[in-house]
Amino acid sequence: MTLTVTLEGVCKSFAGKTVLEGVDIAVPASSSLVVLGGSGSGKSVMLKCILGLITPDAGRILIDGRDVAAMSRRERAALMDRIGMLFQNGALFDSLPVWENVCFKLLAQKRITRRGARDKAAEVLAQVGLAASVGDLSPAELSGGMQKWVALARAVAAAPDLLFFDEPTTGLDPIMGAVIDGLIVDCVQRLGATAISITHDMASARRIGQRAAMIYKGRIVWDGPAASLGQTGNAMVDQFARGEREGPISMELRR
Amino acid sequence: MLLGFLAGLGRAVLRACQEVGGLALFALEALSHLVRPPFHGRQFLRHFIEVAYFSLPVVALTALFTGMVLALQSYTGFARFNAQSAVASVVALSVTRELGPVLAGLMVAGRIGAAMAAELGTMRVTDQIDALTTLSTDPMKYLVAPRLLAATLALPLLVLVADIIGVMGGYLVGTAKLGFVSAAFLDSTWDVLETMDVVSGLVKAAVFGFVIALMGCWCGYRSRGGAQGVGMATTSAVVLASILILALDYVVTEAFFAQ
Repeated sequence: MTLTVTLEGVCKSFAGKTVLEGVDIAVPASSSLVVLGGSGSGKSVMLKCILGLITPDAGRILIDGRDVAAMSRRERAALMDRIGMLFQNGALFDSLPVWENVCFKLLAQKRITRRGARDKAAEVLAQVGLAASVGDLSPAELSGGMQKWVALARAVAAAPDLLFFDEPTTGLDPIMGAVIDGLIVDCVQRLGATAISITHDMASARRIGQRAAMIYKGRIVWDGPAASLGQTGNAMVDQFARGEREGPISMELRR
Repeated sequence: MLLGFLAGLGRAVLRACQEVGGLALFALEALSHLVRPPFHGRQFLRHFIEVAYFSLPVVALTALFTGMVLALQSYTGFARFNAQSAVASVVALSVTRELGPVLAGLMVAGRIGAAMAAELGTMRVTDQIDALTTLSTDPMKYLVAPRLLAATLALPLLVLVADIIGVMGGYLVGTAKLGFVSAAFLDSTWDVLETMDVVSGLVKAAVFGFVIALMGCWCGYRSRGGAQGVGMATTSAVVLASILILALDYVVTEAFFAQ
């Protein structure tokens, strides 16, 4: 059963600097939302708030209709069991081989033995197009693109109901980025999961999102179909999508 | 001007209280994970071997040369009072009560405390600690608690070895260079040593092990700001652990031997 995610007036400041200023957005079950925004616009903070890694100053975050802040430690742990996350830089554990990284969650939940984890890792690695032999390598032996693949394999290995992708194509060449996007779409569809991605790569946003939203100065300024990016009629979103220097965003930056 | 000075002083005191309070809560949370399942035995074993086995060469060498120097120094010093016969006793008591645990602690602080801070700091700035949370694993339970337990249990073992090697260093110099009879040197050592001398050193070692791991984890766990932040965390971990080792050495000595 997939999960819904709703943010209601979420605010967050750090040392007097406001990062999120009342974010409202709802993500229905089994849908894929892409959140766009420039550097420092608050996308990553929003994601970390949803994951419970950062506590918001105000507002509510509801996952499957339940307020995350009101959950007990046990309930939150149970929720985390149903979540998968692909971090921007992969965040693979250097001290563990790839197979143990991929099956980390399954091993932590004792859903699998260490012997079974090797086979499971090979199976999941195959789903993202990697050979089983990669499982015996250490993360440091992998290229940036392969680390992203392995991180994706780790995110989906436990068949989560809710997936988060933080800048999945950052640092990858366009072809590798397209491959990763394709794998993300495949995994999300196969699992039937709800997915929230954050990116500033427009091609990636169009490929992986059904819906898109733009965050600017800590607020959601637009929300609509991902396919319409570039022709939304919203000056900010269209400027961002086309990568133009002139427009409301650059006007703001000049002040 | 006076008000400004007092305000600055107040802020510094409040910040210090905040840091001490934060450290205490961090330690309590880590300790609470030692009695709450699940337990990460594999992690504990990995760190125990790292502290106890791989620190052995550096601790053994330190102890050996300390014992040798101690025998030589005390011999030349005591010769002024015709008290050369006390060399064996001085070496045994100094090494077991004081120099063994303190020097092993300082060496391990440099080796293990720095490594813990650097590893956890790097994990923090590369999102690996956040990744643990999303993988249904409590970072305090997985990263901090096993390190605390491993260092607390491993350092007494290291110090026990250091005690033996340190006394052996004194014995080597005493018999090979200073002309002591082997049996007499060993008898003197054995006669002067009491259980409490060794036990107090081992208790100190356990305290130092806990402090080294705590400072390494504390500084690494909350490091910020990329490579520079990790570097600062590593330096802070070693400096704070070293200062605390020397300060706690006095406290434990006072607890054991104050009349």
